[in-house]
Amino acid sequence: MTTTARDTVLGRIRDALALAPAPGTAIPRAYRTGRSLPDDERLALLTDRLVDYKAQVHPCTAGRTAEVIAGILRERGARRIGVPDGLDERWLSAYDGEVQRDSADVSAPGLDALDGVVTASAVSCAETGTVFLDGSPDQGRRALSLVPDLHVCVVDLSSVVAGVPEAVARLVPERPTTLISGPSATSDIELERVEGVHGPRTLAVVIRTDA
Amino acid sequence: MSTFLGMPAAPPRSPYGTGNLRGDRKFPEAAHDELRNEQLRRNLGRATRTIRTKRLHVTGELPDWERLRDAGSAIKTDTMNRLPELLEQLEQKVTDRGGTVHWARDGVEANEIVTRLIRATGSSEVIKVKSMATQEIGLNEHLEAAGITPYETDLAELIVQLADDKPSHILVPAIHRNRDEIRQIFLDEIPGVDPDLDNVPAHLAAAARAYLREKFMTTKVAVSGANFGIAETGTLTVVESEGNGRMCLTLPETLITVMGIEKVLPRYQDLEVFLQLLPRSSTGERMNPYTSMWTGVTPGDGPQDFHLVLLDNGRTAALADTIGREALNCIRCSACLNVCPVYERAGGHAYGSTYPGPIGAVLTPQLAGMHAVKDDPNSSLPYASSLCGACFDACPVKIDIPSMLVELRHQHTEQTGTTAEKLAMKAAATVMKSPRIYTAVQKAASFSRSVGVGGRDRTVSRLPAPFDGWSDSRDTAAPPGQSFRSWLASAEGAAALRAAAEEGAARRAGDHQEEQ
Repeated sequence: MTTTARDTVLGRIRDALALAPAPGTAIPRAYRTGRSLPDDERLALLTDRLVDYKAQVHPCTAGRTAEVIAGILRERGARRIGVPDGLDERWLSAYDGEVQRDSADVSAPGLDALDGVVTASAVSCAETGTVFLDGSPDQGRRALSLVPDLHVCVVDLSSVVAGVPEAVARLVPERPTTLISGPSATSDIELERVEGVHGPRTLAVVIRTDA
Repeated sequence: MSTFLGMPAAPPRSPYGTGNLRGDRKFPEAAHDELRNEQLRRNLGRATRTIRTKRLHVTGELPDWERLRDAGSAIKTDTMNRLPELLEQLEQKVTDRGGTVHWARDGVEANEIVTRLIRATGSSEVIKVKSMATQEIGLNEHLEAAGITPYETDLAELIVQLADDKPSHILVPAIHRNRDEIRQIFLDEIPGVDPDLDNVPAHLAAAARAYLREKFMTTKVAVSGANFGIAETGTLTVVESEGNGRMCLTLPETLITVMGIEKVLPRYQDLEVFLQLLPRSSTGERMNPYTSMWTGVTPGDGPQDFHLVLLDNGRTAALADTIGREALNCIRCSACLNVCPVYERAGGHAYGSTYPGPIGAVLTPQLAGMHAVKDDPNSSLPYASSLCGACFDACPVKIDIPSMLVELRHQHTEQTGTTAEKLAMKAAATVMKSPRIYTAVQKAASFSRSVGVGGRDRTVSRLPAPFDGWSDSRDTAAPPGQSFRSWLASAEGAAALRAAAEEGAARRAGDHQEEQ
């Protein structure tokens, strides 16, 4: 009978634990969890963090969503954009450029030819300035929000939580999840932060304060 | 196999002569050369200073930072205690979600598995996300020998790869290079780069973006490491900044992830701890720009062929050491490197291993051993420290690196058998047990000074054999002209003692008056 690598490695681990047995460990979770903050504080904190990471922040009421999105796309000169198939089409009612509804058939170079992308979001964490996308129909597949150089991301204030534990608790583990904290960046050259490497060089976050 | 025999056997280290866990010189020798490189020291000093300040700022703003460290430490310790069941659970979950799990006893086997998987796709190119595990096993070299071209896509790894260099830092592998050097590397090595490229970091990053864009769009296979693998759900996580990780994890048809077995975490909820500890300790940011989490294969989103390679390569040997196993708790943040006075001066290359700095000095000997050959370079790593303890304070999972270094020094001296140093210590113990012999020896030592031992700075920088091992990394003070004992017994000594006592009494009286 041949021994598989799996059997060997698991056998080694059991041997190691037998040779150096350790007592069981209780995990002290005394750090902050289940925090809630009023709307204005979550808005202020998230905005502060996003701006710190050189993201653009556009607070507005839900009624102005289409107008604000169109304004950002116009300002950036985005003539052709991609959107996830499940995005609320009313959000694009004020935009006069070309809209490509995404599907799995669109190739990476096809995404690269887009000027920008508009998506919704699942959850956001105020304390770290992090927006979570989870591949829901209004957020689309991961490549869509990655390849185009401009990402306009809509965040409802009701989906913004205080800290990381509150955000993780809202996620569905099996969904492909992307955490975004500002535009792509690198500190690889003399640890000087440079915004914009491979991911979108511009991240515009539209925060809907009454949604 | 050994489990069936009932007697636990010590698991093997990473096989000698494979991968990148051993340099070709001992630390003092390698550091000696690196210390002469003033450019390197300037680059390192500046970079580590910057990141230290940033880290202190963002860890200081969390009121529960210490509680997060306690939780992180306990979760990792608990993980190691339950490793077999957690790995089996992870394997089951990844398989249930359409992934394939492979096991590799060592780096050689992992390299073979990855090569076979890439060949099966028909591709002769692969894009890579920065990964410590694949650096450790020397995957790139293996792929090149097999006719497969690996493209590193992290900016710093790209710089290192283009310059045919070695990484010198866990987080910023090109930390030893400044902007002028990087500009020159790009001018020399990137095909079609703008000849007017200047040294502005933003422009250098833009050049890398342009170069790699086409690779991301067209390469069918990617290889990554993993920061965390969640047993409960089968979710893999990669934490990064540039988006090169997202590109590799999302665009290719096939994804191969190589993960050390110690990277598993029990629960999805545990991410709430590590997603706070890691970025703040690592880049000194509240959160890194991008984190990707995926579970097996998702139809219509990302690679439809996913392979997870679980790597041992000496990790089980570390696990079999009661003290050494703590090194497996490391989450590769590199905070210990940035606070280490030895690392800051010697740089990462002097350690000779993929894992440099304080954690490298304990992890490398655990994984690869330090007595594989006579004068094993790894045996010098536990001494590459002043034991100042800054690494312990900075570690987000509270690894007691100084105690582990001391333990490894102990193991080293135990292992090396009867050395000259050992004999000398034994002789010293005999001498110190007898006041009569002790006094006689001291007199002999002071005689050696009177005949001219020691330079103008009163140190001996090189002792004769068999004590040269000791003086390789330290200067030895020349013995004083007169021993303390003989001085104290002299008239001069007695007078000095009386004067000190009187001065002390006067000062106490003075303090007393000021208080009133």
